[in-house]
Amino acid sequence: MNVEEYIASGILELYVAGQLSEDENLEVHGYALKYPEIMKEIEEIEAAVLALGKTVSPGLRHNFEIISDIIDIQKETKVVELGKKDVNWSWYIGWAASLLLAVGLVWMYTQNQDLKKQIQVTETEKQTLEEQITNANTSLEKTQELLNTIRDKNITVIALGGQEVSPDSYAKAYWNKQEQKVFIDAKGLPEPPNGFVYQVWSLKLDPLTPTSIGLLEDFASDQNKVFTMNNPNESEAFGITLEPEGGSESPTLEQLYALGAIAAP
Amino acid sequence: MQLDLLVKKFQAKDVAAFERLHAMYAENICGVINTIVRNDDLAQEICQDVFIKVWNNAESYNPAKGRFFTWILNIARNAAIDEVRSKSYKNNKKNLSADYFVGILDHGSSAESKVDAIGLKKLVKALKEKCIQVIELLYFKGYTQKEAAEELDIPIGTIKTRNRSCISQLRKNLKL
Repeated sequence: MNVEEYIASGILELYVAGQLSEDENLEVHGYALKYPEIMKEIEEIEAAVLALGKTVSPGLRHNFEIISDIIDIQKETKVVELGKKDVNWSWYIGWAASLLLAVGLVWMYTQNQDLKKQIQVTETEKQTLEEQITNANTSLEKTQELLNTIRDKNITVIALGGQEVSPDSYAKAYWNKQEQKVFIDAKGLPEPPNGFVYQVWSLKLDPLTPTSIGLLEDFASDQNKVFTMNNPNESEAFGITLEPEGGSESPTLEQLYALGAIAAP
Repeated sequence: MQLDLLVKKFQAKDVAAFERLHAMYAENICGVINTIVRNDDLAQEICQDVFIKVWNNAESYNPAKGRFFTWILNIARNAAIDEVRSKSYKNNKKNLSADYFVGILDHGSSAESKVDAIGLKKLVKALKEKCIQVIELLYFKGYTQKEAAEELDIPIGTIKTRNRSCISQLRKNLKL
């Protein structure tokens, strides 16, 4: 690069005036560092402008103390501002605390709702349990009643054996002849298929005369499977057949599930 | 190199370095402000504010992007122009840009009080008027070359060369 030409171009004067673009400034700065002549030229231009500026100065004293005072005050002011910020902390803490409180309240409310729900659930469970206890008591009473009944001295026990249709089936009849009642224990019978029902017959053997004494209704839902029915007949045997719902006039012997004769007294 | 070091120290918030830089530039910068506001006391006040601003913005100066003097000069020019544009100032004085700063020397009592005022007067008087115009516009008032060309009604290409020869003349006069 021709340094003299560069200097003569007037670009350095514009550089000191601050009239160049950012790129041009960087370029001049680079050349100034590289070529001492350019640096010297810049300094002389600057000195000339400085000297000219002085001619129009107000001529009042340039007291640096005023400026350093202001700088000091600024520093102090900054410290005071920090202090103010400390005061502001309480403001922030206040808001943070109330926010926390609000969140806390919402949380407590939810917790409360949950507890209420739990109490309801427990209440329901308790009711169910009480019902179960009542049911158990009732069923216990029934069982005892049943036990008492079959322990009665007038009771005749008849075992009804399984027949061809269902050899494994069995049943028992407890007959109180005086009270004309028969209790059928049907625990040994399979559940009847849908649309069918067991029918109990009192039988006379010579000649064979069946008389219906009742149906084992609601077989599946009866837990004890002990059914009470009236029997005014002079029975010699009992039989249980499977009949279409509602029962039949006469027994369907092909569906005879259990049969047992009464031992002669 | 010494200036570079001073500027570096100043940027590191060294008050002593700042004081030396202030001593180097304050009078000149105040003068530049005065060419714009044309009021000694006001110029002095703005000048102080400018140096406070310079201190507070120390870290924003980048040596690669220009001379330290140019940086302060720019801050000072802007502060002075802002002042002139503000309403309060408009009420005090009107239309100040018309004449050039030779006027300040001619009837400014402040310049008279200065020890080397006579020498400086010579310096300025020795310059041709068109030199004073172009230097004042480019350096003290911050006109761009294009704006200066329009103001002086000369081709833009002339500004650069005229400025160069005027500064050379000023430098010669300084050595007298």
